[in-house]
Parts: sequence; C-alpha cells; structure tokens
Amino acid sequence: MNGYRDDPARIAALVRDDAVHRDAYIDPEIFRLEMERVWARAWIYVGHTSQVPDPGDYITADIATEPVLMIRQPDGGVRVLRNRCAHKGAKLVADRSGNTGRFLRCPYHNWSYRTDGTLAAIPLRQGYDGTGLECSEAVRGLRPVASAVYRGLVFARLSQDGPGFEEWFGAALSSIDYMADRSPAGEMQIAGGVLRYMHDSNWKFFVENLNDTMHPMAAHESSAGTAKELWADQPANAPKPMAIEQLVPFAGSYEFFDKMGVRVFENGHSWSGVHFSIHSAYAAVPEYEAAMIAAHGEARAKDILGTVRHNTVYYPSLTIKGAIQTIRVVRPVAVDKTLIESWSFRLKGAPDIFFQRNVTYNRLINSPMSVVGHDDQQCYRLLQEGLAAGGNEWVNLQRDHHPEEHGAADLTVNGTSEISMRNQFRVWARLMGTP
Amino acid sequence: MTEAEVIRFIYREARLLDEKRWDEWYALFTEDGHYWVPLTRDQPDAEFHTSLAYEDRLLLRLRIERLRRRPPSQHPESWSQHVLQAPEIEASGVDGWLTRTPFHYAEARGDEMQSHSGVVRHHLVEIDGKPRIRLKRVNLLNCDAALPSIQLFL
Repeated sequence: MNGYRDDPARIAALVRDDAVHRDAYIDPEIFRLEMERVWARAWIYVGHTSQVPDPGDYITADIATEPVLMIRQPDGGVRVLRNRCAHKGAKLVADRSGNTGRFLRCPYHNWSYRTDGTLAAIPLRQGYDGTGLECSEAVRGLRPVASAVYRGLVFARLSQDGPGFEEWFGAALSSIDYMADRSPAGEMQIAGGVLRYMHDSNWKFFVENLNDTMHPMAAHESSAGTAKELWADQPANAPKPMAIEQLVPFAGSYEFFDKMGVRVFENGHSWSGVHFSIHSAYAAVPEYEAAMIAAHGEARAKDILGTVRHNTVYYPSLTIKGAIQTIRVVRPVAVDKTLIESWSFRLKGAPDIFFQRNVTYNRLINSPMSVVGHDDQQCYRLLQEGLAAGGNEWVNLQRDHHPEEHGAADLTVNGTSEISMRNQFRVWARLMGTP
Repeated sequence: MTEAEVIRFIYREARLLDEKRWDEWYALFTEDGHYWVPLTRDQPDAEFHTSLAYEDRLLLRLRIERLRRRPPSQHPESWSQHVLQAPEIEASGVDGWLTRTPFHYAEARGDEMQSHSGVVRHHLVEIDGKPRIRLKRVNLLNCDAALPSIQLFL
C-alpha cells in the first residue's frame, strides 16, 4: 500500500515517542520523500575547500541522490552548482575531481558555462533567434545551490527555502571547531584518499549506529575482543602498536560506554563521548602539546586536547571524529543502498604521527575490508532484511526514554541511552510531515 | 631456490587461502611481512595514505582468529577462489624475488558472488631454504570503486 505523499497524518503515525514504524526504513516512497523533505531542506556535507585549491578545481558528489559539483571561483570563493547541462540535461562533469579551466563545457553539444554557472556560449546561437530563448530555463545556466563554508567544510542546501546554516546546526558546530583547532594553525587539509564503502542498507541504520553505544560489545566482540586477547600476554609497559591502541577500546564495557555520555541538540544532531571516549587513551606527544599551548593559550589548548568526543552526527549527512580527524559522509542511493565515504584530514602544523593515526584508524575501521566494518554492515543488512517480517511493525527505541527529554534543545544523558535516535526521528517527523 | 619453486610457491599461497588453511598461510610471512591492498594505483606507501588493507603479522593473526569465531558477517560463510595467470619473475637477487601475477578473485557468500581482478606483486625472500613473503601487494583493478564488504584474503 502506498500513498504517504499526500497523507501527513499517515506519515506522522510512523513516529512514536519511543518507536518508529518499519516503513521508515524499507518503503521506497518514504525514501523518495526523505530526499525531498529531509535531505533537500537540511544542510548536506559536500566536500572540503582543501580539495579545490585553485580556480576551476572541482569535485562532484551526489547529495540527496542529485548530482552537484563544488567548484573554486576566480575570486577564491567556492560554489555548489547542479551538475546538469541547462540544455538537454547531461551531467556536465563525469570525473570525481579535476580542473575545468575557465569554462565548463558540455561534451554533448558544447554549451559552455563560466565557473559561476552562468551561460557563456552556445554553438550556432543564431538558431535560437526569435525563439524566445531568453525566457527559457536553459538560458539561466547551471542552477546554484545555497552553500555555506565552516572551517573549510562545505555544506549545501538543495531547497530554496529552509533553515539557515547556523540555525540548522546550532551549538553542535563546536565539534568541527574542536577538530580543526587540534591544528596549531587552526587549519585542516583533506589527505590520504577516500574509502568508498557500499552498504546494502538504509542510510538511517548507519547514522543511528554512530551514537549506538550498546552494539560494540556484541557486534565487535570478534574483532576488538580478539585484539584485546592477542595483546593480553604483553607486559603492561610494552609499546602498543597503533592498531592495538585503536581497536581494543571498542571492547570497552557497558559501564564505559554508559559513563561516556551522549548529548543531543535540536534538528537531530548529537555526539557521544561527552566526558571521555574510546579515543581518550592515545599516547601523548609532548612537542605537539607545547605547540598547541603556544598557538591557543594553555586553557584553550587543554580544553581542545581534553575534548575527545566519540562520534558527532551532523544530521543527516555527516559524522565526524574530531579526536582522530576522520569524517564519514552519508550518500543515500536507494531505500536499501547507501554509499559511505570516509575521509581523513591532516592537521596543519601537527607532527606526522597524528596523520598516521588518522590514516590507520580510517583503514582499520572504515575500509570495505575492515574487520570492524564487516560486522556493522552485516547488522544493518540484517535489519533491512528482518524488517520484512510481519507480526511486529515497530522498531523499538525505548532504552532510557523519559518524557522530560521532549522539547529539550540541548540535553546530556547517559551514554547508552537511545535518545540520539529518538532525537533524529523528531526532526525527521517534523520535516516529513511538511509537504 | 629455482624459478619453478618460486612459481609453485605463489600458486600454493593462493590455494591455502581458498582452502582456508590460514595457519599455514600465515606461516608463509616473514616476521616483518605485510599484506597490502592499496587504495590507489601506484600508491607509494601505506603510512601516509589510507589503504583498503595493510596488515602486519599481528593484524593478520587478528583477522584469522576473528574469522574462526564465525563473526556476524560470516553467517552465511564466505568462500574465495583465486584464478592466477602464470607468475612472472620481474627481479631476483640478494633481496629475494619480485614477482607479478595477474589474477581473478571471486568471493561467494550465500546467494551472492562478487569478483575482482588485479595484479598481485610478491616480494619473496629465502629463509632456511624456503620462500617467505616479505610483502604481498594486491593492486585491485577497481581499487577506487565503491566496494562491498570483501571479507576474505585477496
């Protein structure tokens, strides 16, 4: 049975205070509506300015299943444009990155555009004389998308109307500051390549999992638990390989994850690891700490280095790990297909070891060959398949649910609460219910 | 060690993987040996660039022990098949042998099968009269593609 589009009451009925209907994850019409009503209205991560250093440099991406390109302007700014020729609609740029020079030219009929998207030239233009081309959609060139840059991270909002950038993210933006400020120069650069991992499951399973601290001891027992055992015979003062330092904390206890804390904000954003996290016990690097104090002052440097949030979710498209400068980007493809891109940053002015940590972490956790990722992906897939079962149409999100959490704009609770998922569905229901 | 022995070793290495004789496979690596699947073509190193996999003996041991525990992602279980083109010896000398072997790899799980192609480059050295792997580098043809879970060893 279909017909959600014109039935706000039916959509509203999908989300209860402590449960969500399975159609949110498995219904293709809901997925289509999510792209229009949630993803097009929210601020979606596109890329980082360091990926397009020079005028004409571009990257392409599909956000909310629509092709866009992010391109550096001659004046130094960055624009996000629809990656679609204004003439017949061919995707203009097919590569994932490159430099277009001064013009973007369509390979099909040579319509060309300036890097700001305005139409520059059409071959044999007199063919349009007297046709009223000046009134057409085509003459308006590539349609720009609202964009915002925050510490080099570029976000776009496809819909003409919607919340402003600061309004959408609010106080949750501090996790990006804490990540960038780990550079003594306050700057980051994308480096070390991108892992592209195709998940055969709904995008929300991935996003929800980022602050799901009840799964590691079950799903990752075989990887983190084995790592812990393999290292158990070593003397306490043996130097820990990076892999052990990074994998073993996933085998933390329920108490560890509970005490970590989770903090939620309006519009679906949240972070876990309010008080400490699996990244807290990495070896210190004294010369870096001195450089941080010199750059930021002692109080701020201690604040930055002592802030080791686990995952911050910038709902719905971006999740970051500030303490390890890696980000995971969510690119929905279909109701049961989601591309996850994992990128690492290099901190300007920080010793090489930090970048080596990021690259190692990214490989160990986010690769399609990761022993951690395999079990996450399998669990999402089991969710996707399991929800086809009748008899119970509800996904339970009841852990630590308390009525007083409703309406709170900023709330910190125990780390194993499922509050972040309930919080995501509150904004989801609000946007989905608005045609 | 003769050229024929080196080539026989490479075929056997793939066979051990497909037969899940992981302890025997693990024993083929030197103490400082690595198994490496780069993320890009011509990737110079694994320290300053992300790789799909870059495993020393400790991480290989972890991968093997984990597979033995039949983790969630091994229900159903995965099976692999390597099909190797005849290995070429590109160099040999005091540092051992460098070989180049184009391959086709299939990984089956339940009703699904994925396949990949590429070139595997071995750096082999002789220890106690036997060949050992110092580096097994797997250059996947589609290393930059959006990939599904690849659960066994390429």
